[in-house]
Amino acid sequence: MAIEARNISKRFGTFVALDDVSVTVKDGSLTALLGPSGSGKSTLLRVIAGLETPDGGRVLIGGQEMTDAPARNRGVGFVFQHYAAFKHMTVHDNVAFGLKVRRRPKAEIEERVSELLKLVRLDGLSGRYPSQLSGGQLQRMALARALAVRPQVLLLDEPFGALDVQVRAELRGWLRRLHDEIHVTTIFVTHDQEEAMEVAEQIVVMNSGRVEQTGSPRELYENPSSEFVMSFIGPVNRIGNAYLRPHDVQIVPEYGGNTTEALVKRVVHLGFEVRVELTLPDGREISAQVTRASAHELELEEGQILTVRLPSARVFEPAPGSDAPVASGA
Amino acid sequence: MLGIYLSALVLLPIAALTSEAGKGGLGAFWREITSPQALAAIKLTLGVSVVVVAVNAVFGTLLAWVLVRDEFPGKRAVNALIDLPFALPTIVAGLVLLSLYGPKSPVGVNVAFTRASVALALLFVTLPFVVRSVQPVLHELDVSMEEAAASLGAGPFTTVRKIVLPNLTPAIVSGIALSFARAVGEFGSLVLITGNLPFKTEAASVYIFSQIQNENLPAAAAVSFVLLLVALAVLGALTLISRWSSKHVR
Amino acid sequence: MSASAPHLQRPAVPLALARSGKETGRRAARARRLGLRSVALGYLAVLLIGPVAMIFYRTFEHGVGAVWTALMAPNAQHAFWLSLEIAAIAVPLNTVFGIGAALLLERGRFRGRAVLGLLIDLPFAISPVVVGLTLVLVYGKTGWLGGWLTENGIQVIFSVPGMVLATAVVSLPFVARETMPVLRELGTDSEQAAATLGAGPWQTFWRVTLPAIRWGVVYGVVLTTARALGEFGAVSIVSGRIEGQTQTLPLYVQDRFENFDSTGAYAAAVVLALLAFTTLVAMNLLTRRARAREAV
Repeated sequence: MAIEARNISKRFGTFVALDDVSVTVKDGSLTALLGPSGSGKSTLLRVIAGLETPDGGRVLIGGQEMTDAPARNRGVGFVFQHYAAFKHMTVHDNVAFGLKVRRRPKAEIEERVSELLKLVRLDGLSGRYPSQLSGGQLQRMALARALAVRPQVLLLDEPFGALDVQVRAELRGWLRRLHDEIHVTTIFVTHDQEEAMEVAEQIVVMNSGRVEQTGSPRELYENPSSEFVMSFIGPVNRIGNAYLRPHDVQIVPEYGGNTTEALVKRVVHLGFEVRVELTLPDGREISAQVTRASAHELELEEGQILTVRLPSARVFEPAPGSDAPVASGA
Repeated sequence: MLGIYLSALVLLPIAALTSEAGKGGLGAFWREITSPQALAAIKLTLGVSVVVVAVNAVFGTLLAWVLVRDEFPGKRAVNALIDLPFALPTIVAGLVLLSLYGPKSPVGVNVAFTRASVALALLFVTLPFVVRSVQPVLHELDVSMEEAAASLGAGPFTTVRKIVLPNLTPAIVSGIALSFARAVGEFGSLVLITGNLPFKTEAASVYIFSQIQNENLPAAAAVSFVLLLVALAVLGALTLISRWSSKHVR
Repeated sequence: MSASAPHLQRPAVPLALARSGKETGRRAARARRLGLRSVALGYLAVLLIGPVAMIFYRTFEHGVGAVWTALMAPNAQHAFWLSLEIAAIAVPLNTVFGIGAALLLERGRFRGRAVLGLLIDLPFAISPVVVGLTLVLVYGKTGWLGGWLTENGIQVIFSVPGMVLATAVVSLPFVARETMPVLRELGTDSEQAAATLGAGPWQTFWRVTLPAIRWGVVYGVVLTTARALGEFGAVSIVSGRIEGQTQTLPLYVQDRFENFDSTGAYAAAVVLALLAFTTLVAMNLLTRRARAREAV
């Protein structure tokens, strides 16, 4: 089912959560709504789910008008950041809930529940209560529960936000594989750009209630349309009006042709990559990113003086009619 | 639906009371509540309640402290017993006090028909309020705050004075407010042990009762209205306290 | 003293005292604790435990037989069953109301929530005699609805319906007050999840909300029942206190006492006291259970 949100506006009191937001999601795709807190991404997700009513705009799911439909009639599966587990029910009953509510025959329910528990790798825990499960297990249960009623659309609101880093990484890959298997249209909300880049096919970057840019992870990284998107999607060096990615800063062996000197202020070993914090002659501070091998080869250490080349950076000019900078430079 | 139930039970009756109390105008109202017997009853009730509430503030906090911080055999039973005055019918409470501190007292203490009996009964029925109000707060109180104070050199009394009590104050005040409301309105436990002597041991609630028996509804309504105002004041104070503490305590 | 970081040491006794010598410090702390404990327990013994123990002693002073006879008296029996009957009506009414009100106050968005809360709390803060009076003023013969009631042959005051009403008023707040914090803590997430899974509002309430708040509700019901069974002042005014007809057990206690039948009075009082103890036990068990289930 394709999803279309057209011109959605929503405010809470004086706070404008969404300002004329339009998003299209292809059938069967895996899309991320990415942005900082307060960007409106969760609100948009909840509007699509029917958990919030927009002040203006329309929601279409599978081509059908759903703007005024209550959540239970939209055929959406929703996964909450804090699991929203039914604490007084077993794992089995949690997953079976949607089917029981639809009064499906018992045999069907049993079959479907065990199928799903196997899918999320929780079979054997069906008799446990939520209080006996770990965060990762709870979220898998929540997913099974949402999928039990075969939703046309799967919506996840910061699903991994409450989990440990390692569990998060595990579940990310797991979500991707699940989507490959089930192909249900999926939208998830996150503030973690790494997560969005790793998991999603399409990313919608949001800021202050508006959509900044929509595109594939690669597109967004290589062709950010605004300074916000560029800064949000990856690390940047800001040099005056121009923006430069740390891995584009070249450390060259010798002077000549557009190079400048730089003082190594600090060398940070981040595992697979090495970040070098440099001070330019005019006092500005930038960081460069090199591989471990290069760092080793260059014998980088604090206090060292290097030659660097700064290729032409991206410059964003304010777009006509707004004061948000927009891409213009190379 | 809920509205109808609430109106029938609370809203309408309160309105009727207000109307009855104000029937003869402000002048008549004033005359009723300043009539010698009424005035005596009101003074007695308010006076004793204030004393009782002060005692509760001290002993209630003390009890809460001992129940939260101390350990001794039978503590759980004692903790459960605190709620007894709340669960026990008031008439039984009166009888209970009478059996130990009345005419046939085995310990030779007889306060029946004295003002002390009023205080005794009110102390009994208001026992749980400060204790139960303070206990959860004390329980949650970050012990590390006290440890920090100790590591900075504060002695135990100073710690209690400067760290613990300020954090407990909203809870103590809430407990006091609840005790006061209960004390001012108490009836059943007073009936048997105080003798209900006008001008001596007749509380406001008993006065109201006797006026109703004498079919003197205006008098009853007037004093009742005073008690209603006290109740509203207490509820208002409680709301303010909870708003204040949710702003300042985290 | 060494310069080690203070936060790494966790003295069992405030450091100030530790400096003056561990032994004296500990002894002083112990003495303090024992002192406080004795004062507290002493207060309880004098005010609470003593009198309650006394009444059990007094009641059974003349043997269990006398108590039994007193309890078997027809008026005593009638009073007992009447109390139960009244509670059996008032408590369910207040339970339904309480849950509804709690839902309204915690999940609803409307102006005047403060007023609603105030009206619900009022019966708790107000004197029972005032409650009785206000009910007479509305439902009595000369009351606001008096005319209409007499016309339709309904008698409220001086008969059982009035007593049920009075009992319901004084025990109104408990279910609502105990359910509200539980509802608040539950949060709306699981209810929203239920909606996305296809549950309608009634299904969500019945399958998700109610089971989650049930211990709060039960605790409220226990308090309501205790209050309903023990109510004296309001019912006293509203009942007319006619023996064998409109006497509840608490009223019966007073009646017996005033007629110098102390055995009868004490016997009935002990029954009520035992009911109160049962309430205490229930309250205690439920608080612990609720706290145990609090995980997650």
